[in-house]
Amino acid sequence: MGKRLGFEWLVALRFLREGRMQTLLIIVGVAAGVAVVAYISALIGGLQASTLTKTLGAQGHITLRSPQDVVQSARLAEPGVMALTETQPRAQRLRSVVNWQLLLPVLEAMPEISDVSPMVSGSGLALRGEAQQSIALLGVELDRYDRIVGLRSKVVAGVARLAPGEGIVGRELADDLGVRVGDRFSLQTGAVTESVRVTALVDLGVRDLNRRTVIVPLRAAQNLLGLPGGVTNLDIKLHDVWTAQKLAEDLRARYPYKVESWQENNAQLVSALNAQSVSTGIIRSVVMIVVVLGIASVLVVSVVQKGREIGILRAMGTTRAQILRVFLLQGAVVGVLGSALGILIAVGLIAAFTYFVKGADGQPLFNITLPWDTGLKVALLASVCGVLAAIAPARRAAAMDPAQAIRL
Amino acid sequence: MKQAQAATTLIALKGIHKSYNLGLPSQTEVLHGIDLQVARGEFVALMGPSGSGKSTLLNILGLLEPMTTGSYQLQGEEMRGLDDAGLTLRRRQTLGFVFQFHHLLPAFTALENVTLPAMMIHGQVSAQQLQHARDLLADVGLAGAEHKRPAELSGGMQQRVAIARAVVLNPPLVLADEPTGNLDQAASSDVFALLRRLHAERGISFLVVTHDAHLAARCDRLLELVDGKLHSDTVTVN
Repeated sequence: MGKRLGFEWLVALRFLREGRMQTLLIIVGVAAGVAVVAYISALIGGLQASTLTKTLGAQGHITLRSPQDVVQSARLAEPGVMALTETQPRAQRLRSVVNWQLLLPVLEAMPEISDVSPMVSGSGLALRGEAQQSIALLGVELDRYDRIVGLRSKVVAGVARLAPGEGIVGRELADDLGVRVGDRFSLQTGAVTESVRVTALVDLGVRDLNRRTVIVPLRAAQNLLGLPGGVTNLDIKLHDVWTAQKLAEDLRARYPYKVESWQENNAQLVSALNAQSVSTGIIRSVVMIVVVLGIASVLVVSVVQKGREIGILRAMGTTRAQILRVFLLQGAVVGVLGSALGILIAVGLIAAFTYFVKGADGQPLFNITLPWDTGLKVALLASVCGVLAAIAPARRAAAMDPAQAIRL
Repeated sequence: MKQAQAATTLIALKGIHKSYNLGLPSQTEVLHGIDLQVARGEFVALMGPSGSGKSTLLNILGLLEPMTTGSYQLQGEEMRGLDDAGLTLRRRQTLGFVFQFHHLLPAFTALENVTLPAMMIHGQVSAQQLQHARDLLADVGLAGAEHKRPAELSGGMQQRVAIARAVVLNPPLVLADEPTGNLDQAASSDVFALLRRLHAERGISFLVVTHDAHLAARCDRLLELVDGKLHSDTVTVN
């Protein structure tokens, strides 16, 4: 190809070198566009990943529960007859997921699912001395639950351990109760009260969760909440969080349980993420259009400036196709050089963001990196845009009448 | 006899008419039925007042502009009806151009300007072609100026580079549009002498448009164009 396009390469590079200020400006323009696109992609990617990690860090990707109690109509209405009924909704009680012990291995065997954790959850009171706090009681098998939410990584004091009579509490709740690791407090649910020794304090990333979370062994929670042998829900973790919705629908169709994906439980967050993605897409598109127009306008000017030279080349026997390729190559060179420079600028911007923008704890707000494949895609896209931008000027150059061009 | 004649005929024009703005009220006929034959190896001068149609005729001969009606045979092949690719190929294989304002490519050195035609055809320049271009530049008196850009050369030197570029592939015909029109008398005489020498040494045919009667008198044949018609066709005696 080098040999075949040797003439075109030579002429294209010389034309670019001849108008070096013009060339430099448009390369910087392309670089600025590529840098903005790459930086925004990395920034929004990092922000969304951070938001998702924080959100999904305290919950399963799919939650499977027992269906709610509903009042069934005594008799179906006759066809064509509208029955006006008024039904009082039933008060919901804690119910176990039926046959959860059998369901667990079935779920674990599914290829999309990485982990399943049975849980008993309910409400209660934490009591210590005069302190009394309303709490969310979670009964779990520690190892399974740790694989779902990474509990051990959130321990801020003590060691995560759940032997009988032990419990893990949120950091703020510990402050409210005035307990430290090793201290005891009482858990009360209805008529049952149990004493729990704190083995670890955790920071779940959300202060409100820290203020009301108490995690105890599964069996202890079953006793406290009056659900012997039962679990209120199965938390499911997936290999790919974005498959949650589809798998939840599949499970709903297959089993008589209430199955909810994290998207359904966090509809507002998903909407926000979607809006963010759409906005980013629009910004990226507009920037790329500006890049294309920039390259095209410079090449159009170049075609006019180089009119006589194009005429001479055509008179010497240069074909229309060769002239076309000369200008397409110029677009490609500008696109590739601009892309390379743009990616370097984006990396610099990311480094500056990480260095200068920090949270109250002195740490970067969130992890922001430019994945190599994103950088490569943006660079490729800009290079292709360079060639596309050159099409119209190149066609114009190729169509020039040599006699007229020489007279210019 | 006819075959032998065809073999020696380089250009054969018959009834060439050229009009601009065809079909419009401003339609203008510039050439009114030119009949002309040029044999291989001839050195022909084309003279005429401004607006007589010299440049138009040269453009038609150089396959840069189409004729409106008539027949143009180049090396026995009819040019009428050829598409752009066909015309480009004939220009590449058969013709060399020298323009009044040299029209070298400013971004290329003298040597690169001369090697461009080979580069254009083969995509690269062989060592042999490079040496040939160097020899040619030396032959036109530009040894040592190979790596200079056109802007660094005098008008006469630029025109010499343009001549070297026109003959580098040994085309059968070189069309020169007032090659000395932009030069002083001494440089004009040198450039014209160079054209004559290349003609003599290489057997290349030249058709030179000029306003200079003295230079025209040094050609083998003098054509005079007046108001788009061939007014006279004289064989000069040198």
